Amino acid sequence: MAKTDAEVKVLGTWASPFVMRVRIALNIKSVAYEFLQERLWEGKSELLLKSNPVHRKVPVLIHGDDTICESLIIVQYIDEVWPSAPILPSDPHERATARFWAAYLDEKWFPSLRAIGMAEGEDARKAAIGQVEEGLMLLEEAFGKCSQGQAFFGKDQIGYLDITFGCFLGWLRVTEKMSGIKLLNEINSPALLKWADRFCNDAAVKDVMPEIEKLAEFAKMLRGRVRATPKS
Amino acid sequence: MGDEDVVLLDFWPSPFGMRVRIALAEKEIKYEYKEEDLRNKSDLLLKMNPIHKKIPVLIHNGKPVCESLIQVQYIDDIWPHKSPLLPTDPYQRAIAKFWGDFVDKKIYDLGRKVWTTKGEEQEAAKKEFIECLKLLEGELGNKAYFGGENLGYVDVVLVPFYSWFYAYEKCGNFSIETECPKLIAWAKRCMEKDSVSKSLPDQDKIYDFVLHLKKVFGIE
Repeated sequence: MAKTDAEVKVLGTWASPFVMRVRIALNIKSVAYEFLQERLWEGKSELLLKSNPVHRKVPVLIHGDDTICESLIIVQYIDEVWPSAPILPSDPHERATARFWAAYLDEKWFPSLRAIGMAEGEDARKAAIGQVEEGLMLLEEAFGKCSQGQAFFGKDQIGYLDITFGCFLGWLRVTEKMSGIKLLNEINSPALLKWADRFCNDAAVKDVMPEIEKLAEFAKMLRGRVRATPKS
Repeated sequence: MGDEDVVLLDFWPSPFGMRVRIALAEKEIKYEYKEEDLRNKSDLLLKMNPIHKKIPVLIHNGKPVCESLIQVQYIDDIWPHKSPLLPTDPYQRAIAKFWGDFVDKKIYDLGRKVWTTKGEEQEAAKKEFIECLKLLEGELGNKAYFGGENLGYVDVVLVPFYSWFYAYEKCGNFSIETECPKLIAWAKRCMEKDSVSKSLPDQDKIYDFVLHLKKVFGIE
């Protein structure tokens, strides 16, 4: 049996932007998969603990006998196993640029976005908002350079950076709703605003992007839990 | 891709810079090494890495590549034939990237805690640090290198920290070799290669540097 014919399973949750990346990548490649939903608030499943013993996190891709962890590593794996409809750019420097912005999003931008909701005190909140807005301006500029006038960071179709950034749009919109601030707006990031709509309406994305109302409810529940947990 | 313009902006004690030095040496790429004074960053550094303003920065034919793991993968992409660092099989590549990512997420920060803290905080850092090294030992198994018979991606990502081990041990008052003998054996094996030994500073020099930093930051 060719490796590409082996069974594909995704361990994840509907709300996780990281899990969404994997599902979008599989959709782009038209690869059928079984989505095994973890109920993380009930404790982690045996399968999760067994397949990701190091980090114990979702997403996990199970492909035949092989297990792959870490969303961006999984996306690159999917791109290499199923080479049609390429996700990463073919040019090495463009690839390095896409990876750079993906790392920036994961290590700097998304933590700032989360900090807006979790911030204690107005100063901390303002600082986090500032960081997110600054990041969006940098990403607006990056979009101009990467897209070269086309619809996506990946040019004429969704690519690595579209997937990496696009999966945060749900949480961005929830944060905007809860804070009352339009972080992604026509003044600072007009191109990204239009890109966001195109991304969310793409066939590979539509069915896996959670509804904002549902995500907002989930965020409220999470915030309540975090605040209720005594700090040790 | 033949002779090209390659410049590396770096800082001698940086384990991140060392990764790039090793990768370039493995591929036998000639490059210009520029030492940065981090208290007085050059215009070139600020122009080539405006977002993070950090070293290392790899400048290839005038175009910058930032972030050490990305740089190592870029070098492997551009010069794939000599000493390939990542395997060709997608699953093996994913495993290598996973462990490279693990090293990046854990080793630097834990090592830093070991030399900057004391008491309970230091003990906790030492414990977690050793646990991480043991996980890596498990991944190494009986192989000569993480890359198998030759240096690979994970070897390049991890071995620079070996130059910092003596400093961690002195500051933390523990022996990494006692806890992780296989890992130390692996590191010494790597050091037999010129690409590694010429890219890593002496452990004594790193320790002196750490003592200097402790004085500057007022850490006991």
